[in-house]
Amino acid sequence: MTNQPVNQSTNRLLYTLQIADNALILGHRISEWCGHGPILEQDIALTNTALDHLGQARSLYQHAADMFNALPADEQKTLFSSTALQNKITKGENIDEDDLAYLRDGWDFRNALLAEQPNKDWAYTVVRSFLYDTFNFYFYAALQNSKDVVLAAVAEKSLKEVTYHLRWSSEWMIRLGDGTDESKARVQEALDSYWAYTGELFETTVVDKTALADGIGVDIAAIKTQWQQRVNTVLEEATLTLPTNTWMHSGGKECRHSEHLGYILAEMQFMQRAYPDMEW
Amino acid sequence: MTTDIKAQIYQWLQQVTDPEVPVLTILDLGIVRDVRIADDEVTIVITPTYSGCPAMDVIGINIRMALLSRGFKRVHIEQQLSPAWTTDWMSEDGKRKLKEYGIAPPVRKTSDNPLGLFEDDNIPCPRCHSEHTELVSRFGPTSCKSLYKCLDCKEPFEHFKCH
Repeated sequence: MTNQPVNQSTNRLLYTLQIADNALILGHRISEWCGHGPILEQDIALTNTALDHLGQARSLYQHAADMFNALPADEQKTLFSSTALQNKITKGENIDEDDLAYLRDGWDFRNALLAEQPNKDWAYTVVRSFLYDTFNFYFYAALQNSKDVVLAAVAEKSLKEVTYHLRWSSEWMIRLGDGTDESKARVQEALDSYWAYTGELFETTVVDKTALADGIGVDIAAIKTQWQQRVNTVLEEATLTLPTNTWMHSGGKECRHSEHLGYILAEMQFMQRAYPDMEW
Repeated sequence: MTTDIKAQIYQWLQQVTDPEVPVLTILDLGIVRDVRIADDEVTIVITPTYSGCPAMDVIGINIRMALLSRGFKRVHIEQQLSPAWTTDWMSEDGKRKLKEYGIAPPVRKTSDNPLGLFEDDNIPCPRCHSEHTELVSRFGPTSCKSLYKCLDCKEPFEHFKCH
């Protein structure tokens, strides 16, 4: 299902989900710091960042749900495999942003593997954010030109928020890298480890290719150069060493995930799965 | 006729405040983009400040309540993302009220570089007006605010971020 070329409107939906899933899963990961930050100001910084990601995910899922509801019923049935969603579709009900977040199973999620990697310690959390924020900044900057007006509007709005995230994580890379021997060793270790998840950010899937050809998607090969330059600049100032490993993990964008995603969903989706359609 | 109703609606909207910063009305904030009236239906177009701002849902409810209580039966809240909200849309009156409330208002800096690091905006203290202040964190208790402290009067204060 995941690698088959699909028609334009379905592809647009899958492309939107890919962006939304990155925002939701990374946002959820960052929110795990809430109440556990090393000092209050940093706890607040991460909680704010998580909220930005969640808000962006919400706008994108609303757009995805609108596109999904406009598809013919036969096609709707082929897109997601979870029983909970299939039940709604079979009954002919419209779905909304909450359904997409809470009722899809792991193999329906399209986020990059980097987003779901665990927080571990402060260094790993900062590195993951830095690598992703730099990507996200150039990604949203380019997405502003999307022919899909909703995607372009979300990008325009999100770019301002992502700029704060990027400043925060870049400054922390420098603070830790150019800090003590201990902080430098730990941030370098985290960088070497999570570096292997950066290749996937620039992998071009069938969905990416179709979206680009359709005029709604971003040319991610083109933003790779910008990303690389910016990463180099910050690492240099942080006196950190650019990792040399070239072997890269991949799969998340095509719905093949690490074991971590299941645990995130188990926690995030529990209430909706246990008490369907609950509200608070 | 419609113009009169519209002007009246704006007056009522001027009484709907931001639940997080209650001295600001939604018109001060600059988030009301349009008011449309068609027969007995009124549509208020608002733009969110930040994507994840939880106050937006509350503001939507409060607008609805304000208009329902004035006899409108069909009130529709429409969210518009583009053009993205900016603090440039905040009224001068709003900025003054913020300062009186103890929150430093947003000031546009010509040198704003999105990729600049460790750049500390020179934000005057809303209490003693000293410019001898220091950024504590770019993130505050709500998405729209950052944290500063005054090095003269030693008081911490919030700054409504320039966005």
